[in-house]
This record gives sequence, C-alpha cells and structure tokens, in this order.
Amino acid sequence: MTPGVTADLQALAEGVRAGQRPAVAAALNLLDDQRAVSRTQATALMTQLLPHYSVSTAQMIGITGPPGAGKSSLTAALISHWLEHKQRVGVIAVDPSSPVSGGALLGDRLRMTSEVDNQHVFIRSLSNRGQFGGLSQEVWPMSLVMLCCFDIVIVETVGVGQREVDIASSCDTTCFVAQPGSGDSIQFLKAGILEVPHVVVVNKEDMGAVATRTLAELSGVLNPNHPDGGWTVPVLATSATRRSGIAPLGNTLAAHHQHLLATQRLQVRRREHQARWLLRCIEDEYGKKGVLQLGGAPAFIKEFSAHSANPLEQYSACLQRLSITH
Amino acid sequence: MSKDSTRERPWLMRTYSGHSSARASNALYRTNLGKGQTGLSVAFDLPTQTGYDSDHPLARGEVGKVGVPIDHIGDMELLFDQIPLDQMNTSMTINATAPWLLALYVAVAEKQGVDPATLQGTTQNDVIKEYLSRGTYIFPPEPSVRLTTDLISYTVANIPRWNPTNICSYHLQEAGATPTQELAYALCTATAILDAVQASGQIAPERFQDVVARISFFVNAGIRFVEETCKMRAFTRMWDEIAQQRYGVEDPKARRFRYGVQVNSLGLTEAQPENNVQRIVLEMLAVTLSRDARARAIQLPAWNEALGLPRPWDQQWALRMQQVLALETDLLEYDDLFEGSTVIEAKVQELIAGARAEMARVAEQGGMVQCVDNGYVKRELVQSHTRRMRDIESGALKIVGVNCFEKTAESPLTAGGDSGIMKVDERAEREQIESLLAFRQQRDSQRVAAALDALRHAAVNGDNVMPASIECARAGVTTGEWSEVLRGVFGEYRAPTGVDISTASGGDEDAMAAVRARVLATSAELGRPLRLLIGKPGLDGHSNGAEQIAVKGRDAGFEVVYEGIRLTPAHIARAAQEEGVHLIGLSVLSGSHLELVEDIQQEMRKLNADDVPLVIGGIIPSDDAQQLQERGVKAVFTPKDVDMNQIMHRMVDIIRQSHGLPATAA
Ligand code: B12
Ligand SMILES: Nc1nc2c(ncn2[C@@H]2O[C@H](COP(=O)(O)OP(=O)(O)O)[C@@H](O)[C@H]2O)c(=O)[nH]1
Ligand SMILES: [Mg+2]
Repeated sequence: MTPGVTADLQALAEGVRAGQRPAVAAALNLLDDQRAVSRTQATALMTQLLPHYSVSTAQMIGITGPPGAGKSSLTAALISHWLEHKQRVGVIAVDPSSPVSGGALLGDRLRMTSEVDNQHVFIRSLSNRGQFGGLSQEVWPMSLVMLCCFDIVIVETVGVGQREVDIASSCDTTCFVAQPGSGDSIQFLKAGILEVPHVVVVNKEDMGAVATRTLAELSGVLNPNHPDGGWTVPVLATSATRRSGIAPLGNTLAAHHQHLLATQRLQVRRREHQARWLLRCIEDEYGKKGVLQLGGAPAFIKEFSAHSANPLEQYSACLQRLSITH
Repeated sequence: MSKDSTRERPWLMRTYSGHSSARASNALYRTNLGKGQTGLSVAFDLPTQTGYDSDHPLARGEVGKVGVPIDHIGDMELLFDQIPLDQMNTSMTINATAPWLLALYVAVAEKQGVDPATLQGTTQNDVIKEYLSRGTYIFPPEPSVRLTTDLISYTVANIPRWNPTNICSYHLQEAGATPTQELAYALCTATAILDAVQASGQIAPERFQDVVARISFFVNAGIRFVEETCKMRAFTRMWDEIAQQRYGVEDPKARRFRYGVQVNSLGLTEAQPENNVQRIVLEMLAVTLSRDARARAIQLPAWNEALGLPRPWDQQWALRMQQVLALETDLLEYDDLFEGSTVIEAKVQELIAGARAEMARVAEQGGMVQCVDNGYVKRELVQSHTRRMRDIESGALKIVGVNCFEKTAESPLTAGGDSGIMKVDERAEREQIESLLAFRQQRDSQRVAAALDALRHAAVNGDNVMPASIECARAGVTTGEWSEVLRGVFGEYRAPTGVDISTASGGDEDAMAAVRARVLATSAELGRPLRLLIGKPGLDGHSNGAEQIAVKGRDAGFEVVYEGIRLTPAHIARAAQEEGVHLIGLSVLSGSHLELVEDIQQEMRKLNADDVPLVIGGIIPSDDAQQLQERGVKAVFTPKDVDMNQIMHRMVDIIRQSHGLPATAA
C-alpha cells in the first residue's frame, strides 16, 4: 500500500479526510517511511491535510501509566463508550522495542479485539523504536493525520516517571492510569518527576481495598490545581474488565476537552506541542548543539509555535538552517 | 516380591478418537472396543468444544475435522448407539462446554433406560489449562471456574462414580512446560478448583473428602523417561500432602493421585516418523514402571502424529504397544521397582523443591486464576518453550532425524495413496448441517425456549447450571444455543498470549545475527521497520508455532503484531491493513487451512489489500501445500521446518521479492 512516486497524494489526502481505511493506512505507512522520496511525499501530504488538522477540534488523548495497569483494556472500554456516542476513534498504541534486536511485539490490540471490528475504529500499533522516552518521532505526524478523520485520537504509551513527559507534551488531554497497590506512581507524583496529568485513574477498582487505598493515597499527594491553570485534576476509579466507571471517565475526558475549547487553548497547546516535538527531533539527531544553533530551546519553542504549520515542512526548514550554519 | 504373586490388573487402555459424524465415530468406537480397548475416549470437534453449532460461520471448515460434532441430543444418541452406557467408562475431552456434554450424556442414559447415578467416566472440565495451552475456553476465568465447580458439585452428589474433572498437566508440557512447571501449575490448578468448590458452599463440609477423592489428573510423559518417572512419584507425594494438610482428608485412599496419561506428542516428529514408535514406547515406561505411581488409564498417540490425523490401523498399532507391555512383559508381576533407590529419591526431592518454589510464586500473586489473567504462567510457558526451541537450534537438545542423523531411506509408511494419514470425509460438514437444520425443525420450540430461559436464570442467580442443562438436553437445545445463553450472561474472554517475554539468548547466535542484519538492511531499504502480522484464524487453538514465530520474529528485528488465537478471517485482514504490515503469516494446525486461506484472501481483496504477501505454517499435507501455493500463498511451512532462522530468511526473501528488491540485502 505504500504509494510509489506516482501516487496521487491529493486522492490520498481526500481518502484520509473521508476516513477511508485503506487511505488512512497508506498515509500512516507513508509517514513511517524514512526514504528520501517518501519524506518528500509525506511532507506534501501533510501540506494537503494542513487545513484540516490545523483547525481540527477532535480530541487527542494520551493514556499512560505502568505496564499492566490496564491502559489497553481501558482504551477498549472507552472505545465502546464512544461508539455508543457515535464517535469515531483512532488509536496509536506504542510498545517498547527490544534493545537487542530493535524488533517489538505489539500486543495492545489484543485487549481491543472485540472493539476493533467496527467501521469507526482504527488502531495502529507502533514500537517506540528506542527513541524519546515513550514515543517515537512518527507518533506526532501520525496523530495529526488521525485528527483529520476521527473524533477522538488516543495515544497509549507505557511509562513511569520521566517517560511521561513526552506524552504530556503531545496530547490535548493526558490521562494517567495507576495500578492499585503500586506505590511507584505516587512516588513519582510526589517527587515531581511525573508531569501532572489532567485526569488520574485508578483502574481495577474490582480489586477492592487495595484500589480504594491507592485512590486515597493518590488524591492525597496530588495537587488538584493543574499547572495549566483553571483545571482541577480529578482522580477516578474504574474497572476496565467489569466496565465500571467508564462513562464518568469518558465524561471527564470530554469535560477537559470542553475546557480547552472554552478557554481557546486547544490550538495554542497543539502548536506548542508541535514545537516541542520538533525540538525533540532536532535534539535527537543534532544534540544540544543543534538546538543552540537554532537559537536555544525557549526561543525555538516560541518561534515554531507562532502559527500552525506542516510539521514535516518545519523540520526540513530546521535542517536547512542547520546545514547553512554548519 | 516373587513373580508368582498375582499380576496387577492393567490400566485402562484408550484411544482418543472421533471424527466426521456421530455415526462414523460410533462405528469406530465399536470396532475399537472389539479390538480389546477397555474404555472410550471421545474427541469432539472444535465447534462443539467452543460452543458453536455446526452451521455457525466460525465453524466453517472445522465440522467433524478433529473430532466428532455434537450439536444436540440426537447426535449424542447416535454416538453411543448400541454402546450400553452402564457398562462403559467414557472419557470426554471437553472443557468450556463440559456441563453441556455431560448433560447430553445423562439425557442419553435416561433414554437408554440407564440410571444416571450409575454412570462412569470423566469430563476433562479443566478450563485453566485451556487459557494456558489448549485454547478452547469461552468465558472469563471467574465464571469458567464457577461452571467447573457446578459440574463437580453436581456429580459428587448425583453421579458418584464420575470423575468430574481431570486436572491437566498434559497440555502444559505440550506447550513447553518443564517437569517442575507441570507439577507446580497442575497442583495450583487443583487447589484453585477445590478451593472454589469449597467456597461455593454447594458441598457440606463433611462430604468434602468425597470431592477431593474424585479429583483426577491427566498427565504427560516426555522422552526423558527417568525424570518423568520421578515426576510421577513427586506428583503422588505432593498430592497426598496437599489433600491431607490443605483439605484435611484422613483416608489415604482418598488422597491417592489418580491419573491418566497421554504421552508426549510435541516431541514426535514429521521427519523419519517411524522413530516416533520408539519414543512413544519409552514414554509409556515413565508412567507404568513405578507400581506406586502407575497410571490408571493410558492413551498413546500414533507414529504419524506430526503428519495428520491417525487412521484406524495407526491407532491399533498404538493400542498394541500398551497391550504388549501389559500382557507380554513381566512388569505387572512386581512391586514397586524404585522403592529404596537413592538416585530416584534425590531426583524426586529436587522436583518437589522446584515445584514448591514455583507454587509459592503463584500464591504470592494471588493464585492460579490471577496468574492466568495477568499472563504470568503463560509467559513462563512460552519462555520454556522458547528455550527448548533454541536448544534444538543449537544442537544442545538432540532429536534424532531432526537435528542429527537426518539422512534417511525412503519410508514405506508414507508411500501409500493416502500419504499415511486419515482424510476426513469432505461431505461430513454439509451432512451435519443438513441434519442439524432438520433437527431444529422437528423439536418443540416452546419447550426449548423455556429450557433456555431456565438456564439463563440459573446462570444469573448462581444456581447450579447442571439441572437446567439436563433439561435443555432433553428439550432438544443445541450446543450453540446453550453456549450463547451463557455468553450473554458471562461475556467472552481473550487470554494473554505470553509472547511478551524478554529477548531469549541461546540458539545459533551467528545465524541469528545474520538474520538480524538482513532484517535491518531490508527495513532500511523499505524505509521502515519490517512489520509482520501473525494470524491464528478459525477455531484452532494450537498456538505454540505462532508464539515461537512471534518471539523469533521480534528477536530477528521484526515489529510483530500478534493478537492470539481464534480470530475471524475478516478480523485478520483488517488488522493487516490497519497495521500496515509487510507480511501476513498464518498458523493453522487444525486441518482447515484450505477454507481459511480462501476466506482471508477474499477479505483482503475486499479491503483492496491483497498486495500484502501471505505465508502459512502448520500441519499441512503436501498436496494441500501445493494447492495453497497455486492460489498465491508465498510459502508453506510444516513441522519439518525446524530451523527458524531459515524461516526468518524466507520471510525476508518474500518481502523483498514482493517489493521488487534484489534477493540479497545490500
Ligand atoms: C502441541 C500439540 C497440541 C497442544 C497445543 C498447545 C499449544 N498451545 O499450541 C495441545 C495439547 C493443547 C493440543 C490440543 C489439540 N490438538 Co494438537 N498437537 C500438538 C502437536 C503434538 C504439536 C504441535 C506443536 O505445537 N508443535 C511445535 C510448534 C513449534 O511447531 P509447529 O506449530 O508445527 O510450527 C512449526 C512449523 O509448522 C512452522 N509454523 C507454524 N506456524 C507458523 C506460522 C508462520 C507465520 C510461519 C512462518 C511458520 C509457522 O514453524 C514452526 C517452527 O518449526 C501436534 C502434532 C505434531 N507433532 O506436530 C498435534 C496436532 C496438531 N493436534 C491435533 C489435534 C486434533 C488436537 C485437538 C484438536 C484434539 C481434540 N480433538 O481435541 C486439540 C485441541 C486444540 C485446539 N484448541 O485447537 C492434530 C491436528 C490434526 C490435523 N490437522 O489434521 C495434530 C496434528 C495431532 C494429530 N496427529 O492428531 N495439541
Ligand atoms: N481485575 C482487573 N484486571 C484488569 C482490569 N483492567 C485490565 N486488567 C488486567 O490487567 C492486565 C493488563 O491489562 P492491559 O490492558 O494489557 O494493561 P496495559 O499494559 O496497561 O495496557 C490484563 O491481565 C487485564 O486483564 C480491571 O479493571 N480489573
Ligand atoms: Mg497496553
């Protein structure tokens, strides 16, 4: 499905817009493709789609938390909830890659099997490809493509501690899923290592007392006022397997979205997230030196979040500037 | 002990069989009984085991393939036609739908005028190992355990000579378990089930001893037959201790470790298949040599195990192996041969210590049911199996004819027109569906509806489901209807795949490095990491091959998407497209590869995604392999392809070819 040089990008963009599955799949493949020709095409595709993702009011939700906390199961439960509300859902599920072989086992779909056989759901699994804390570079542009054709885009990543940072600066709404009885998340929150999520969930409430205790502990250490301002961080309990607490969680996530829309922060945040993504890409390939050459992080963020743009074009622009100053 | 003391009575000799239809299987059973077989062991087809009627879309290609299809009481009656149930000892390999098949058995007994209370036999009824290995589970673990305990409680009260559950370690070894793991997980399962029976409150405390006494086991015996002998002795001792200490059973007879055996089949090879006969006989020794830990019932696989289903003659040969051992040798004239052997005792102690440590790890995590759901046990099994495969690869584990002494003369055994295996009648599925449709026409639909309502009611209210199930059987309810009601109440489940283990070392490291380099180079040429979807379509639960390919693929550098067993062709096609994979690898061992491949190719065309190349592995006779390749399947792998690095190379070749890249990576 990877389009050759002659591929009709306009048709591809239209297909994406219409939510046609083959087109969405092909677009994601293209964005994943590192060959020079493909990069050119991908950039062109992102230009075609810019008018859509730059104004999209779909919600991008990051779900993170320790392995086994139930992120994928919870995503599955939320998908059912959203389908009932006639929402189309795109999922990007990120799993760690093997440090030895670079290969990966992408197993998140398994938890979503019964949800997947629905026309309005699309799941793409990715490995983090040993990159950035929890996300690979491809995730940002891919999620923009998904914003063009889904009402809700979920990015699931494994993470504890520092690995949270990426997702927090990539998604409109971040949701942290805690494992009952595990003190890790509480420690991280306390120490300020964990960037404050917008919504905290203690999943597996069916485990009973342990879950209640974790819920109480989390509520205790968490500063309810989110640094973003104007948002109080709710701590909820769910059971993904028994499907309890799902509607309240769905509503809470929606409330955060409404909050961003009402305070007109959605697009501002997204532009900033894009600039941060760009910064990570530059840092990853050219190190701190590269960033300095481009004016240093604060100026960089400011410059690149000034207006909405095609991320891949911005990236090429950076590279050009770097090679000019080399 | 002297030779002229009385010979011990031999164990029950069974042949696990059933195919095509109830009528055909009935004929087979009557022939087998005529040959001196002393009990029946019924194999059901996969739709029956997973709770689908023969005309369900998921049943396509599977009806009557690996066992007998039983849709309703009419089929069950035919199956036991002219076989008086009061004189029979019938073992039924049935799990998720065990309460239903027992209900049908009881209803047939009633029709034959036999008092159900006198019935003798076994329902396997161990769902825990289904999640871990065998794959015919339906419901989540909790309600499954409840159904298990319902059946146990019912038979203890009403069919006292029935073995309501056969806790299975057999299938764990077939999925890679070591002797220690077999001991630990089987005993953890047994206590989980007994604890649940106790907690259900269906049995008066003073009668609990009867429950413990009715628990039997189904164990494996591998080729390392000395160690396996010790494993059986360890089992015997550990069970005695558990029954006494955990459940307070005072009567030593009630604490006996009663077990049946099927010897190891995982180690039976496609290459030089005649060697399997030696393997089977040696494995049988492990469970017969110790008088103190001897099997109660034995069924043996046939020499052609890895080729396909056995024919009657193949099964007869396997039965004769048992008869020669029991009747011609002097084995049964002696007391326990190992009593007093310090060598054996040391090994037994070592196994017991290892098993205890593993049981403690399970207990720490909340017990066996939790360890199924959190994937712990499955991962441990996949890990063990991976180790075994890597040892075969490196030659550390020798398998004659496979990784040493591969040269062979032509075998006359496979030379016949049938390639040495049983071919299931192709009309069986159609005829079964026709008879099912006719059966549905002639039954009293009001009685059926009322019986199903009562079943739903019992399921929801926590009443024992057996009485309602027996009424369903009498009323003419079908297997699919019975299961559908319970699916509605309990929901369905997908078990952890266990493939998320850490990268395994060992094996042929150089060969592995070469594959890795090629995967990496090809990924670079194609611009993104090579992505592989491993699909298990249909009702087939054989997951070992898929798991090992998934782990190997990951270790070779592929991004592997694997969602576990029992997926529809439509689901697999969609996943392949959504995930943008470079290759689809199917694994099918149930025999329904022709139908399933056809369906998947059709689904791929519907999605406009038929440019993704497709390969398949599993039990695929060579004629079929050729047919599949003619239909566009790029490669067919069978158990003969033990070199998994070579398989990885072939997959890279196919991806390169389909993208127009030259054969060798730059
Ligand atoms: C182990 C085993 C089991 C285990 C399975 C455990 C598990 N989780 O996998 C247990 C005990 C549970 C089991 C149960 C049954 N089994 Co069984 N089982 C076997 C056995 C002995 C070995 C299969 C195996 O795991 N081999 C090891 C793996 C690694 O090898 P493999 O799968 O062949 O894979 C290799 C290649 O084929 C290839 N490959 C395979 N898949 C793929 C995929 C890709 C993408 C690629 C590239 C390559 C590839 O690469 C692998 C590496 O070498 C075979 C006979 C035999 N010796 O082959 C019978 C066999 C497959 N079973 C059989 C039957 C009938 C059953 C049952 C249906 C019986 C019944 N009526 O209840 C049940 C039910 C199972 C179910 N739910 O479907 C039949 C199938 C008959 C047929 N096709 O005509 C066989 C052939 C035995 C026989 N002769 O009767 N079984
Ligand atoms: N008891 C219970 N188990 C759950 C719940 N949600 C998920 N699980 C189990 O937790 C394990 C990990 O779930 P998964 O969704 O894969 O977690 P992830 O790694 O965070 O994506 C699985 O065994 C699930 O069945 C829940 O609400 N209650
Ligand atoms: Mg997950």
